[in-house]
Amino acid sequence: MRTMPKLARPWGKLLAILAMTAAMLFIASPSLAATTAPAPAPDSTTSAPAEQFRDTISGVLRNAEGPVPGVRITATGEGFTGETVTGENGSWSIGVPQRGTYQVEVDVSTFPEGVELAEGTPNPREVTFTNTSNAAAIFPLGEGIVIQGASFGEQLIERLIAGLSFGLLLALAAVGLNLIFGTTGLTNFAHGEMVTLGAVLVFGFNAAGLPVWLAIALAIVGGAIFGYTQDAWLWNPLRRRGSGLIPMMIVSIGLALASRYVIQFFFGGATQQLPGANSPILEFGSISISRNTLTSLVVSAIVIVAIGLLLLKTRLGKATRAVSDNPALAAASGIDVDRVIRIVWTAGGVLAALGGILWAYYRPGVTFNMGQQILLLIFAGVVLGGLGTIFGALLGSVLVGLFVELSTLWLEADLKYVGALLIMIVVLLFRPQGILGRKERVG
Amino acid sequence: MDFLNILANAFGEIISPTTAAYALAALGLAVHFGYSGLLNFGQAGFMAVGAYGFAIPTILWDVPFVVGLLIALIASVLFALLLGIPTLRLRADYLAIVTIAAAEILRYIVTTNSLTAITGSANGLAAFEGGFFAMNPIPPGQYDLGLVDFNERDLWIRIVGWGVVAICCVIVWLLMRSPWGRVLKGIREDENAVRSLGKNVYSYKMQALIIGGIFGSLAGMIFTLPRGAVQPANYATELTFFLWTCLLLGGMATVLGPVIGAMIFWVVLSLTQGILYGAIGSGYITFLTATQAGQLRYILVGVALMLLMIFRPQGVMGNKKELAFA
Repeated sequence: MRTMPKLARPWGKLLAILAMTAAMLFIASPSLAATTAPAPAPDSTTSAPAEQFRDTISGVLRNAEGPVPGVRITATGEGFTGETVTGENGSWSIGVPQRGTYQVEVDVSTFPEGVELAEGTPNPREVTFTNTSNAAAIFPLGEGIVIQGASFGEQLIERLIAGLSFGLLLALAAVGLNLIFGTTGLTNFAHGEMVTLGAVLVFGFNAAGLPVWLAIALAIVGGAIFGYTQDAWLWNPLRRRGSGLIPMMIVSIGLALASRYVIQFFFGGATQQLPGANSPILEFGSISISRNTLTSLVVSAIVIVAIGLLLLKTRLGKATRAVSDNPALAAASGIDVDRVIRIVWTAGGVLAALGGILWAYYRPGVTFNMGQQILLLIFAGVVLGGLGTIFGALLGSVLVGLFVELSTLWLEADLKYVGALLIMIVVLLFRPQGILGRKERVG
Repeated sequence: MDFLNILANAFGEIISPTTAAYALAALGLAVHFGYSGLLNFGQAGFMAVGAYGFAIPTILWDVPFVVGLLIALIASVLFALLLGIPTLRLRADYLAIVTIAAAEILRYIVTTNSLTAITGSANGLAAFEGGFFAMNPIPPGQYDLGLVDFNERDLWIRIVGWGVVAICCVIVWLLMRSPWGRVLKGIREDENAVRSLGKNVYSYKMQALIIGGIFGSLAGMIFTLPRGAVQPANYATELTFFLWTCLLLGGMATVLGPVIGAMIFWVVLSLTQGILYGAIGSGYITFLTATQAGQLRYILVGVALMLLMIFRPQGVMGNKKELAFA
């Protein structure tokens, strides 16, 4: 245990980190404050009024073949009329000025050819708010009415590609998380917020008038700064104090809560769209894949290959693997462990931010808690592949991504994360060290 | 700004049923983490098991209150077994990840649209509290308790809620000074030493997990009964982390710590809300909206959790020697 001045250090630095996050968001925030301005989100899936009101009626329009986009839906009631068009993922949401009872009607004439409402579905139907700020309206669509040849095999291929894309973007975050775990032993619960930060910064910089490519570049730099400062001002002092791993894990939970609400403080609770979120669907024969999904797949594959080469071929990569293997031995052989860890945190921030940007295009949408939504999937990928193993994280994440997307062939879409989390628990039962993990005592 | 009103609200939080629920769930965490060293990050899941375990049979089959209560408790024991069997042999951080994942799985399952008939999906369930309030012996009317006054329903839920908290505190106190409790603390300090003495560490940990889980599910019921509604969004991971903040505030290896911690947590939240909203309402603060003020409070919770962990891990009441980590 050190003396008091040493103890006092992290406390000021801690606030400084939050201030940093806040400052970065603030730089990007002229338009965050005015999220109702329609300009930054030209192809928002929600109609403009949805962002003006806190209460929304929403739902997802999908049939056996997947989401049904481009359908007009209107809500009338309490002296208000709102209308919206379903987005690429079939979701829609109408903001309403007050909670109450609304008549929600699907404009049947805007259905794509062959789609019909299921028999006996009331249209318009009545939706009443209970104690929540969101009311759901479900319009079941007739099964098997759309016949455009999407056979099970084609669906399987589409899901495989989507799953691979999702898995690789998870892997970006997971590799960072696992590098941090490997080198410091910390299970970082704040990694979800590092993911969110990337997407939120792109939206902020873009809304401030910067072109998309510059916004993305700046957001990635922002991620690097967040990772670097976190280690420099919080984790490194804690390590020097000799804090245990469990206290540090709980500190990371506190950091996650604080940064999540700092982000919400500036960004607000609404879902925003990045430019180009509504990408065209590419057709390969009878298989259709959205262009963003493919782009995301290629980008993350390239980055992961680059990371792999860095780790395997360069001196720095060798040093990182050495520290990951045994920090004390690495230090004894002349490796500057603190410097390696600092670089790992910075790289972790970059990878998480990039993962967040891709996640914002994949979902699609930017929200303050988007990172938290996939944090457990990132953990699942890491545990599945093996905690602390870098290539295990890659393998595990891809498996989780594939599993999430493939499970939608059989499971309801709102249960798709459940399968992946269950798999993780089952793997822990039989092979607690993960697929690529070394067999060692983990209990 | 009406300071008297703000103070009265804060005082009301001390004895509110929500505070009782937080205190009880945090007491369960104290059994898990403070006394046994089990990192349970799924206490929100146990609360959800309690709330849904009570609400579903009550609504579906119209069972009497006591039967609903028993079903909820049995469900929480099963949930503890389900969590414990794969993870209690593993390192602490694995238990943390699995419990948080299990709580989220549970939340996804009660939210899914395909089970709307049973769980009410995102809207949740309502109108299951009749049996509880039918047992209320207090005659209708308004009861004045100094700063705050209650009707007979408010008073009844508070008496029952805090009664349960008091009973559970006594149970924990008795358990932890028994030989059983000493073995548990031994496991927290050095698992291998206890194992070498011939104790079945796995079984002791499982018992601790079940006891804390039962407290969690009771807390879930106390949380939902006054609202008369249970909604999945209330049982997200934030709830678990707030409970951890309460536990760390009070002191993790103490009986009264979690109770005091929950009281401090809610009083501080209520005071900051009252003062911030009051200052915004009367124009002293112009750079914040009311929504942002709400978020500011949760930023404070996160910062408080970090600072507590760094500077005073033993909390308000705790003893630094009795920490589950060195």
